[in-house]
Amino acid sequence: MNEWYVYLIIFATGGLICFLGQILIIKTKMTSARILVTFVVLGVVLEAIGIFDPISEFCKAGINVPIIGFGASLAKGAISAVKSNGILGIFTGGLTATAGGIAAAIFFAFIFGIIFRAKTKKL
Amino acid sequence: MQEQERNIRYNAYVEAKIAKTHAWPSLFNSFWVGGLICTLGQLCNDLILLWFPSVSTQSAWAYTLIILIFLASFLTGLGVFDKIGAFAGAGTIVPITGFSNSIASPAIEFKNEGIIFGMCAKMFIIAGPVIVSGTVASMIVGLIYLFL
Amino acid sequence: MERKRGNQTVFFNNKPKIIGHYSIVGPKEGKGHLRKYFSQIEEKDDFFGQKTYEKAERVMIERALDGAIKSANAKYSDVHLFMAGDLLNQIISSSYAARSFDIPYVGVFGACSTMAESLALSACLVDGGHFDTIACATSSHFSTAERQFRFPLELGNQRPPTSQWTVTGSGADVVSIKGNGPRITSATFGKVTDFGINDVNNMGAAMAPAAMNTLIAHFKDTNTTPDDYDLILSGDLGKLGSEILIDLMEDQGYKLGLNYKDCGQMIFKRNQNVLMGGSGCGCSATVFNSIIMKKLIAGEYKKVLFMATGALLSTTSSQQGDTVPGIAHAVVIEGVEK
Repeated sequence: MNEWYVYLIIFATGGLICFLGQILIIKTKMTSARILVTFVVLGVVLEAIGIFDPISEFCKAGINVPIIGFGASLAKGAISAVKSNGILGIFTGGLTATAGGIAAAIFFAFIFGIIFRAKTKKL
Repeated sequence: MQEQERNIRYNAYVEAKIAKTHAWPSLFNSFWVGGLICTLGQLCNDLILLWFPSVSTQSAWAYTLIILIFLASFLTGLGVFDKIGAFAGAGTIVPITGFSNSIASPAIEFKNEGIIFGMCAKMFIIAGPVIVSGTVASMIVGLIYLFL
Repeated sequence: MERKRGNQTVFFNNKPKIIGHYSIVGPKEGKGHLRKYFSQIEEKDDFFGQKTYEKAERVMIERALDGAIKSANAKYSDVHLFMAGDLLNQIISSSYAARSFDIPYVGVFGACSTMAESLALSACLVDGGHFDTIACATSSHFSTAERQFRFPLELGNQRPPTSQWTVTGSGADVVSIKGNGPRITSATFGKVTDFGINDVNNMGAAMAPAAMNTLIAHFKDTNTTPDDYDLILSGDLGKLGSEILIDLMEDQGYKLGLNYKDCGQMIFKRNQNVLMGGSGCGCSATVFNSIIMKKLIAGEYKKVLFMATGALLSTTSSQQGDTVPGIAHAVVIEGVEK
């Protein structure tokens, strides 16, 4: 497949997901925290019923970069850990799979929190 | 009773009074900014795989997300991210950048209350629900798969 | 003349006067419509040289009080009481600012209606002869209000289209029985009014019913109509809120014409991205203590009805799903006696 064609699909699908998020914000007056929660849970559900992987195969970063991908990795981790470790996997699977992202977010927030100072919005 | 009716009438009146702004510009902005961030992620991923052939596909994804998270917190610290966010709305909230921004922004904001009870404690006022709901949901899924 | 008529309106027969006024605003407000009227504009640094925005807000009150007392040609020892309030929890800006002055202090809270509330109360105390001179002040700061009521400053979210922009600024007045200046002739204290709005991003709609109640009580108690005033000035209803107020008043048989204005719409220019307009204690305080006071003193306005509105919510009440109650207090200020 043509390289550019792949990028076009990623652009379109990623954009579409954000577009849906924006519709939710406008229609329901949701705050950003609620939007994030909705999409994470959506990702978990998509992975659980097994349709995330085929979508991911097709849109790659288009669905993995949105927070849906984060939810899917949580579920994927839990499922595979349950298969290999049994009950313990329920507890360890999800966070192990997403540990990198969470730790990175905490670490960078900590560093930049110490360095920078909040500025008044200048819109 | 009368008051309730009055309040319902007033709420309906206010709802009708609010000037309908055109949603299309913000929808369009969220679409192309969101799409661009996802494309950037893919580009990152492809470059990692190209330059470091020894890295596995899965690790490449992890690196990609970490890079995006780094960029988002850095731009948050510079005070640029909130401007992009005001422009793009869900275009920056829905990608992993929004998650990163929601942790970095309170960290910067509440630093004045001290490192422990300000920055560290308040870091999750917005992202906390995301991690909690995601973790709980994934555990429920794990539980279901245990019995399948 | 009687001292009280109806349930809500009091009259001041001993003519308490506003002998000094001062307004101080931040950079964004300084670029707005009223630039040439403000007493002091901080052009760049909205930290006001402090480490945190909360400390910056205190500095604004201190400077406003200092300026008002100077503009009244008075000394600190002439001021017998300092009355102030603001938006932050436990009104810390006012109380901490009062710490630096050797003046008895009374803290008041009326959310964004604090300027009118403190003017009305000061006039009562001065008119009653308990105090000769009272200073009153109020302030708000965009960045402190934003973190207390909304989200961290750096969060990349969009502001809802009905939201307003908290004014960074502080205003102060010196009310006295002596001296010369515009007179406070009557005041109407408002009732808490709640028409069931629970959108915290739509303060104008939440406060408009309270404004309507106070205006109607005032017109009935004083036997006046909107046409009797050179200016009817509401605090921070914003664009949507003042349109709603005009509608509500029309339903009650009062027509608010061209002499009705709203501080929230006056302070910013349309291209400053403030959506519905300004809000906060500082909005009515700085507008009143700049253009309105100057025009009252110059004789351009002879009789002004100044009504500031406030939304009496806290983050706890709104998170628990409570609706937003509003309040409005009105004072009538008449031009300098010749």
